[in-house]
Amino acid sequence: MTDRVAIVAAAKTGFSPSRSDANYSELAYEVIEKVLTETGLTIGDDIDNSISCSHDIWDGQTISNIGITDVIGGHLRNEEKMAMDGSTAVYYGTIAILSGEYNLTLLLAHTKMSQTNRNIVNNDAFEPIFSRKLGLDYTSAGALQATRYMHVHGIQRDQVAKVAVKNLGNASRNETAHNFGFYSVEDIIESPVLATPITQKEMAPDTDGAVAMILASEKAAKKITKNPVWVNGIGSSYDAHYLGDRDLAMSRALEQAAGRAYAMAGIKNPVKDVDVFEVGEEFAHQELMWYEGLGLCEAGKGGELIDSGRTLFEGDIPVNPSGGLLGGVPANVAGLHSVAEAFLQLRGEAGRRQVKDAGVAVVQGQSGHCGQHHCVVVLGRD
Amino acid sequence: MTDNALWPFEVEQHITAMSKYYAGKIGSRFYITLRDEGKIMAVKCPRCGKVYMPPRETCGPCFYNMKVDDMVEVGPEGVVETFTQVHYNEPVIPREAPFVYAVIKLDGADTGITHYLGDVDYENISIGMKVTPVLENERQGNILDIKHFKPV
Repeated sequence: MTDRVAIVAAAKTGFSPSRSDANYSELAYEVIEKVLTETGLTIGDDIDNSISCSHDIWDGQTISNIGITDVIGGHLRNEEKMAMDGSTAVYYGTIAILSGEYNLTLLLAHTKMSQTNRNIVNNDAFEPIFSRKLGLDYTSAGALQATRYMHVHGIQRDQVAKVAVKNLGNASRNETAHNFGFYSVEDIIESPVLATPITQKEMAPDTDGAVAMILASEKAAKKITKNPVWVNGIGSSYDAHYLGDRDLAMSRALEQAAGRAYAMAGIKNPVKDVDVFEVGEEFAHQELMWYEGLGLCEAGKGGELIDSGRTLFEGDIPVNPSGGLLGGVPANVAGLHSVAEAFLQLRGEAGRRQVKDAGVAVVQGQSGHCGQHHCVVVLGRD
Repeated sequence: MTDNALWPFEVEQHITAMSKYYAGKIGSRFYITLRDEGKIMAVKCPRCGKVYMPPRETCGPCFYNMKVDDMVEVGPEGVVETFTQVHYNEPVIPREAPFVYAVIKLDGADTGITHYLGDVDYENISIGMKVTPVLENERQGNILDIKHFKPV
């Protein structure tokens, strides 16, 4: 068994509402070529495991990885596809290396949301007997969550909008983001309402793109780079499927996933012990809920935390300096992009969004409506 | 010809499959009772006593396989736990925007069901509001046999 797992390279395509210039195989090639070139590794001789993460319906093919085994190194070797958030690819890749079975794992996440209708895709994610026929999708479900969360904890409308103000502003420093700008709280609240209280500027926009990454065992990592980023903690947890089964004002699954990842990494106080956070806020209100689930504040105090300014880029608990999902990151790619951003932060390569002296980063990814599943990854320079 | 000279070409597809999903023994009883008697049935775990709506086969915490005999009538009245007014239309949504979704905890149930609210102005909806179901006259045996819930 190997002791530790490191990220040795990460690359992302430019993200945009429509990359009609490239199919998903070309997007994959774009980022895989970058991580191979950077590390000097080859698929034939070095990479011994591949995990891809995407969405069958957006790809237009069931078990869609079977269509791109050539580009991800899946011919006549092991390759697995997972349909969840990209952070979970890091989770499984890490476990596979820790098992001792593999040394070098290529991770790929890609989605072209422009290829079909997001609400219809997400309607298919609801179970068919009691829910799907109502026409539910992630936006209407997210709105039910937002209403409940705000009601139970007295979260104010402007506190939710401040998340969008912050993240769309942060995204202006991220060269791959396509949704950015400097807005007022009023601009956010007065943008078209999708499902009360969620407005268009409070939802992650449809986006095309891909991210690739290479995970390595400790021994292999030290040969590849002087600057590895270590995966020091991982945790994952599922909540119930039905909205009415859950306490929509909180996320027990995130509390559990974070608790496991923090315990593994020896994080006792995330506010003090962590320098930068990247989280998966498909909708603005979720970032406030994820603050609470990640232990950045007490339950119900997410609104006060955003008011305090501590989670701003300049604050002492920076959350989503990349602009997060509101800045424009494809579904499924989301969490792998967050891990790639944390990787850049810890290597000091995050450019204009660099958090000073970042030594420990925490990433949270989610999949399913209203964050049914959460995955938390703790990364460190040491 | 260089790549730059190629016009992006998108191949149109329409994936269509008419599907029939088995509702399970408990789901079947739910829909037969709703269609034929106009009653809403939940299921009660005989071990922990939790009443599940929508009804399902397994009590997760007890890992207990519940039976049709464990089903109990709930409601018909209930309480709004959360709601939203949707402002967009989609081919898969059988309502015209604006319309309202809500999670409703029916009297006697421990978990909520998601459905529509109707016969009420959006401004007058509140969490904790008491509602009752409005049933379709011609019921087909699906979740739209409940037309919506309206204020009591």
